[in-house]
Amino acid sequence: MYGWIFRHLPGPLWLRIITAIALLLVVIYALMEYAFPHFEQYSPFNTDVTIDQVH
Amino acid sequence: MAANRPTASRVSLTPLQWAVQIFGELLITLGCILILFVAWQLWWTNIAANSAQKDAVQSLAQEFDATPEADAVQETHQAQGAENAPSSETYDPLTPPITQAPAYGKVYGVVYIPRLGEGYARPLAEGVGTDVLDTLGLGRYPGTQLPGEYGNLALAGHRQTNGAVLDHIDELQTGDAIYVRTAQGYYTYRVYESTIVLPHQVEVIAPNPDAPHAPASEANRRLLTLTSCHPRYGDTERYIVHAEFVGWQPNQAGAPEEIANISL
Repeated sequence: MYGWIFRHLPGPLWLRIITAIALLLVVIYALMEYAFPHFEQYSPFNTDVTIDQVH
Repeated sequence: MAANRPTASRVSLTPLQWAVQIFGELLITLGCILILFVAWQLWWTNIAANSAQKDAVQSLAQEFDATPEADAVQETHQAQGAENAPSSETYDPLTPPITQAPAYGKVYGVVYIPRLGEGYARPLAEGVGTDVLDTLGLGRYPGTQLPGEYGNLALAGHRQTNGAVLDHIDELQTGDAIYVRTAQGYYTYRVYESTIVLPHQVEVIAPNPDAPHAPASEANRRLLTLTSCHPRYGDTERYIVHAEFVGWQPNQAGAPEEIANISL
């Protein structure tokens, strides 16, 4: 899959390496900005710090 | 060997081999994403929240410095009966004005806890929803008392992620100072007790934790309570620190000595 993508990137080898790194960074950014905050609620590290309140 | 792309020389895979290869690559990808997620949460959220909180503390401190109490509201006194507004020359450290109740999510104060690190200054915000605690630092439980008020000013804060404002809450010792600065001045509290309770033990944030069923009107001490999760990286219990009010001074009088040198 990744090999297929890499072979289909345009340009010479050096350009494809740069493009691949750029794509990777875009994916990581999207994960951090959008995906991770959304899934944070299911994380075991995002602990509840409050005392249950009387309502 | 041709100098151009090696596509032509690749061994062709059967559909099954393709499927297995893609499945394997997806699993590796998933593993990388999970590692990234842990790094993001334990490391990046702290960087992001620390930066946001630093900005909040700085702008608030400037606001307080620029606004003398004379201009700030004094209608906070009704709960204290008819007393005169304190002036900068003569003020009684034991009759503090009460900070006004802010709107949910608003940052209205700065909390200084020297024991938790040199220069420790975190925003005090209203509310304990995740939207408040994840970015704004320490949140006040709505329904608990305000700075200067008789009763219990109960605050919650994260221990690991999102700024980790109370990461070292277990290092607080009896006698340690906790300063709360609002538009009404500096309130000084001193730690007198640390305890670990279960999440449902709401009496720790009652106006009087020793008599949890007594109404707030009967409270005769001004307390501050910090709550965070316990153990670290878990939340089966809560770490509680109680502190009691010892004095107040207006903003014009300057910062208490212990935190006077903190540059925000």
